[in-house]
Amino acid sequence: MQTVDLQELGLRGVNAALHAQAADTNQTVWTIENAKGSHAIACGLDAPIEVTVKGSTGYYCGGMNQQATINIHGSAGPGTGENMMSGKIIIEGDASQYLGATAHGGMIVVKGNASSRCGISMKGVNIVVQGNIGHMSAFMGQSGNLVVCGDAGDALGDSCYEARFFVRGEVKSLGADCEKKEMREEHLTLLQGLLDEAGFDFKAEEFTRYGSARNLYNFDVDNAGAY
Amino acid sequence: MCGIVGLFLKDKSLEPELGKMLTSMLITMTDRGPDSAGIAIYGAETEGRSKMTIQSDQPDLDFAGLDSALGETLGGSVSMKVLSTHAVLSIPAGSFERARALLGDLRPNVRIMSRGDTLEIYKEVGLPKDVAARFNVSEMSGTHGIGHTRMATESAVTTMGAHPFNTGDDQCLVHNGSLSNHNSLRRKLRREGIHIETENDTEVGAAYLTWKMREGASLGEALESALDDLDGFFTFLVGTKDGFGVVRDPIACKPAVMAETDQYVAFGSEYRALVDLPGIESARVWEPEPATVYFWSHNASPTHKEKAA
Repeated sequence: MQTVDLQELGLRGVNAALHAQAADTNQTVWTIENAKGSHAIACGLDAPIEVTVKGSTGYYCGGMNQQATINIHGSAGPGTGENMMSGKIIIEGDASQYLGATAHGGMIVVKGNASSRCGISMKGVNIVVQGNIGHMSAFMGQSGNLVVCGDAGDALGDSCYEARFFVRGEVKSLGADCEKKEMREEHLTLLQGLLDEAGFDFKAEEFTRYGSARNLYNFDVDNAGAY
Repeated sequence: MCGIVGLFLKDKSLEPELGKMLTSMLITMTDRGPDSAGIAIYGAETEGRSKMTIQSDQPDLDFAGLDSALGETLGGSVSMKVLSTHAVLSIPAGSFERARALLGDLRPNVRIMSRGDTLEIYKEVGLPKDVAARFNVSEMSGTHGIGHTRMATESAVTTMGAHPFNTGDDQCLVHNGSLSNHNSLRRKLRREGIHIETENDTEVGAAYLTWKMREGASLGEALESALDDLDGFFTFLVGTKDGFGVVRDPIACKPAVMAETDQYVAFGSEYRALVDLPGIESARVWEPEPATVYFWSHNASPTHKEKAA
């Protein structure tokens, strides 16, 4: 296992060491110590390595990630996993605003709560939150799944496209063009798979599905007030 | 952008360290606001005396003999402690309005940074580390304090555009964000007789709170109505004699992290600002909710989430 100290090596030193790992690297397990809320830790990784960050992180940890698994042993700052393409991010604490914004793939697991704008403009990522999420989550969500084992804040899924939202608790309010949907067999199977992968012991049957009512896809003057 | 830090001490043994802890937090927030910095510190109170922090671009000229000149006309003893471009005047309690009027005549170029029993405000243009060193903030002690690093967006980089802004006796405000209706609100507040010095948006926010409280609102009520009347982005940290309060606009784009232990309540724009505080590893760390007024007070039985009253 490789252990690096962020305060000693500096952010660029740490990220350069991680970027240097090829697909067939033997150095597959990394620990970053003394994170101290620094920004952009483990951004832009593209190798099947596992990185554990000790402590809380600042802005954009794991941004643009491909293939790597990133464990955050603390809470995560704004924009964690932004534009992630594949791989996995597991956050032991809470996540700040716009978690997984525009992310295309992979999975983000939050063991605490996530803040506002969780999964904003999500494009294929799966986000599973054990606690609650804040307001305006999945705004303009295009694809992927947002699973919330607790409650969702105001305006869930506002102006969403084909992203799916599964909420176990209460939804404070739904955003424009987002509606409650029927939970069919294929959704139960999909959701149970996501919960199992995230390691959360909940039953898919306890959740409600929400998604786009598909009324705002094309501009219709009669809907002008809803935008 | 801008950075905010705040520290409210529960453990009295930390009070001599307040300035040092706040300075470290402030310097960490340099990336968020490198053009000016300021600090509001709530220090010791002297029975029967009030404090006035003043500023001049020509301190040698303006501060020379000011204490005795003020004392003579004010009819009571006035003492003065000069720190770089600032000076703290100790005046007889209840004589602020007269002192302000006299100051205008005696030293027209001197500007008033703060007034109150315990509050002192120091702010200047420059890097946070330089501003903190200029006023020797790390040597200051106190019960609580607020700091700000500014990245100007709405108005010029000047001393008077720096935060914190004094909103009344022992009250101050710092702001991360931008207000979009500050021009119309400034006109309205000026019509109401509120003194607004600059074209700065936050000063309008501070003046708004001053006006609301002049009309009879409590600080908590003023903050609640700010949520309706101020248009734009804001995370506000407000200081009072007894503590500080936090409020974020309903959209809550501007970041805010709080940490609480048995020893303190701390505020930072980012978690980074809090990492050197004692016991931070085991502190309760969370983000304040949007459109919710939080308040911590040294008064009677403080609760960690009390609607300001």
